[in-house]
Formats: sequence, C-alpha cells, structure tokens
Amino acid sequence: MGLDFSVVPSYADALLLGVIWTIAITVASAVLSFFGGILFAVIALYAPLVLRLPFRFFAWLFMGTPLLLQLFLIYFGLVELGIDLPAFVAGVIGLGLHFAVYNSELIQTAILAVDKGQMEAARTLGLSRGQALVRVVIPQAVRDVIPPIGNNMIALLKDSALVSVIGVSELTLSAQLAIGRTYRPFEFYAVAAVLYYVINLGMEAVLRRIERRTQLSR
Amino acid sequence: MTDTPFVQIRHAQKAYGELEVLKDISLTVERGEIVAIIGPSGSGKSTLLRAINDLDPLTSGEVILEGVQVNKQLPHRQYEKHINEMRQQIGMVFQHFNLFPHLTVRENVTMAPKLLKGLSSADADKLAEEQLAHVGMSERIDYYPSQLSGGQKQRVAIARALAMKPKLMLFDEATSALDPELVEEVNLVMKKLAEEHMTMIIVTHEMDFAASVCDRVIFMDGGVVVEEGPPSVVFQNPTQERTQNFLRKHLAQYAEGAK
Repeated sequence: MGLDFSVVPSYADALLLGVIWTIAITVASAVLSFFGGILFAVIALYAPLVLRLPFRFFAWLFMGTPLLLQLFLIYFGLVELGIDLPAFVAGVIGLGLHFAVYNSELIQTAILAVDKGQMEAARTLGLSRGQALVRVVIPQAVRDVIPPIGNNMIALLKDSALVSVIGVSELTLSAQLAIGRTYRPFEFYAVAAVLYYVINLGMEAVLRRIERRTQLSR
Repeated sequence: MTDTPFVQIRHAQKAYGELEVLKDISLTVERGEIVAIIGPSGSGKSTLLRAINDLDPLTSGEVILEGVQVNKQLPHRQYEKHINEMRQQIGMVFQHFNLFPHLTVRENVTMAPKLLKGLSSADADKLAEEQLAHVGMSERIDYYPSQLSGGQKQRVAIARALAMKPKLMLFDEATSALDPELVEEVNLVMKKLAEEHMTMIIVTHEMDFAASVCDRVIFMDGGVVVEEGPPSVVFQNPTQERTQNFLRKHLAQYAEGAK
C-alpha cells in the first residue's frame, strides 16, 4: 500500500480539461444566477399577483428541494416532455436557476433597504418608477449585495461538482474517470480538491476586485 | 394666460387619517418670485412643498403650474405620463441631497437629460459642465458623491435639478443637514439663482436668508398660513401672535444675520 502520486501526471490533460469545464459551467451559471436573481427580485417585489404566485411556487421548488434532484429533473425528467437538453446546458440551467433564487432573496432585501430618498429624487427629475428602479435603485441594491452574492458564487463553484452525475465531464468526473482506470481514489480526489481550491482562490481574487471597484460608489 | 398666476395652490388639504396636516391652504406664486415658507416643525411646510410636485399627494385641492393642474386625477398610466412631464419642469432639492451614490457627479447631472430629453452624451456632458460651473463644482466633475462634503453634494444636487431646465425650483430645507460652515456656499448658489430670477419656493429655518433673498415670506403653523407678506413686514411687524412667538425664538439668529 502507500500513496503514489506518480500516476497523476499522465492524467494532467484530462484533469486540466476538467478544470476548464468546471470554470465554464461555474461562470455560465454565475452569469445566469446574477441576472436571473435581479429579474426574480423584481418579479417578487413588483410583478402583478398572477406572476408573483407561480414565481413563489418556483422559488419554493428551487430552495426547498435538493439541487441534485433538480438536475435530474431537468436533465432526465424533461426528456419525457420532449425537451432533450445537452448535459452542459441542463447543468447551467439547474445551477443557474437554483442560485438565482438565492441571489434574488439577497437582492430583494437590498432593494427594500435603498434609501427612499433615492426613488424620490429620481421621480422628482421626471423619471418613471421603472426608470428609477433600473437606473437608480437596482444598481445600488446590487452593489450592496456583491459580497454575499460572491459567497453564493463560491458555493456555486463547489456545487458544480454535482453536474458530474449527469455526465458533464468537469473536474470531479474527470477525477472519477482517472480513478476508474488507476484505482487511486485518494490521489486523484486530493488533487481535484487542490484544483478546486486554486479555482476558488482565483474567484475570490476576482470578487475582491469587483468589490474594490464599487468602493467609491457607496 | 397673462392673468393666470404662475403657481397656484387652491384649497390644499391633506390628512393622514384623523391628523390634518394641511387645512385648506390657498396661495399663488408669480413668475420669478422667491418665496420662503417658514414655521415650526410639524407646521406642514414640507408637506405643502412636496405636494407641489405631487410627491406627497394632497387629499383634496389643486396645484396648478402655468394653468396646468399638476395633481390631476387621471387613470394610472395617463397620470404617470402627465406627472413625469410636470416634474421635469419642477426642480427639487432635498435636505439630505439624495445624490445617486453609484454615479459620478457628471452622471448625476446628465442621467435625467439623457434619459428624458434624449440628449447625446456630448451634449449632456456640455450641459453638465455648464451647470456644474454655475454652482462652482467643475473641479469635482468626475468624483463620486462619497468624496464630497455636504455643501458640495448640495451644490451638485442643485446642478442636477437645474440641468432639466425647470421653470420652478423647490428647496426643502436645503441647508438644514449641513455643518454651519458649509451653509454659506449653498446659500450663495441660491442667491445667484435668485438674481437670475428663477422662481423658487424655499422651505427654510434660516430667517436671515429668508429676509435677505426672498420677496415674500409665508409663515405656517398647524397646517394653515398664519401670515404672509414681504420679509420686512413679516419679520419686523408681524401682526399675528403665533408669528411673533415663533420669531422671538429665532430672533437672535435673525437679528445677527440682518445686523
């Protein structure tokens, strides 16, 4: 017995590809969850009841059930309805909508916390309520929740490992495939863990940059 | 049209449930006139000012600007269109400035003209430069509000309102939130506007400013206009006891300012 990391380098290409897919699915889902979060927040706060009620159900579905189940439902379940999505797309939709609901909760609170004088000042200039929301209130709300949204995005990166089960060959699946051939689970899972950590550090650096950029505009 | 007053408030009444904050107020303001509204806190003066652009809608009564009713009763969609058009003509300056913190000084000034009047970026920039020069804020054009002092913020807020070329300016205690040493720079800008014959309605606690700049002073208390007239009359020879009591409390301040 004993650990033997010497088998790892021959799978470097496969692992690197896994890293790239992990980053791709994380970035795509993050973008969807960000804009989806803003849209959901606006629906939750301002849409007429006919839109708000189905949205509530939808939000409950995404917050109250396991993400893994949601991915199964989107990837395998929708096929029965004639919607056959590629694994990557199903993964982005699942992760993106799931985290959009969480982001939306943050953004809703932040919208309500923006000083009332901001809306008043915008309306006084002649902006409509919608214009004031888009130009004045929502940008400030989003700016205020960049740090907690960043935390959600780090959780998203980690949860992206779940899409391995629907066959997206991201980092976790790449490691599993290598393990299948070499029977070296510790080595490959450990290397995968280190790679996740490195991606995480990169993400945190990007988030810190975004936060710093919004520093003056508070 | 020549006989129609510039701004007309007719039978303005406002109640929050049982509490009546404005009791049948009627007054007119002529074009180019500078009117101060003074009175103790809770007298309804800010509520009246905020009713003029329908920010705080009246319970009953009318606000008319150049013969057009501002607070028209219309179906929602039409009302929104109407009020947005009216508000473009009525500038407002708030006690707490309410600058948009996520935008630079320039963007604060250019946003509404670009969005509502379709100005090009170049034209809007030129407009911002003019308006900011007017309030002495040219050097801070690319700063964020968080980098400005209170007095500077308020001057930018005035420039932002002026960029829409309003016919009427409303000031809601524009200097009340400022440190004493920053009041003067804002007062100077307001004096400059007065000299340019901008029509202004100014809710203020500063009696000396009201006395030196305004054509007319309106003293409100308990939701009614108790007394109104030129500052020389209202301040020196108030006829009403409530006015006298109010001024006595503010007299030291006033006497100092008027010398």
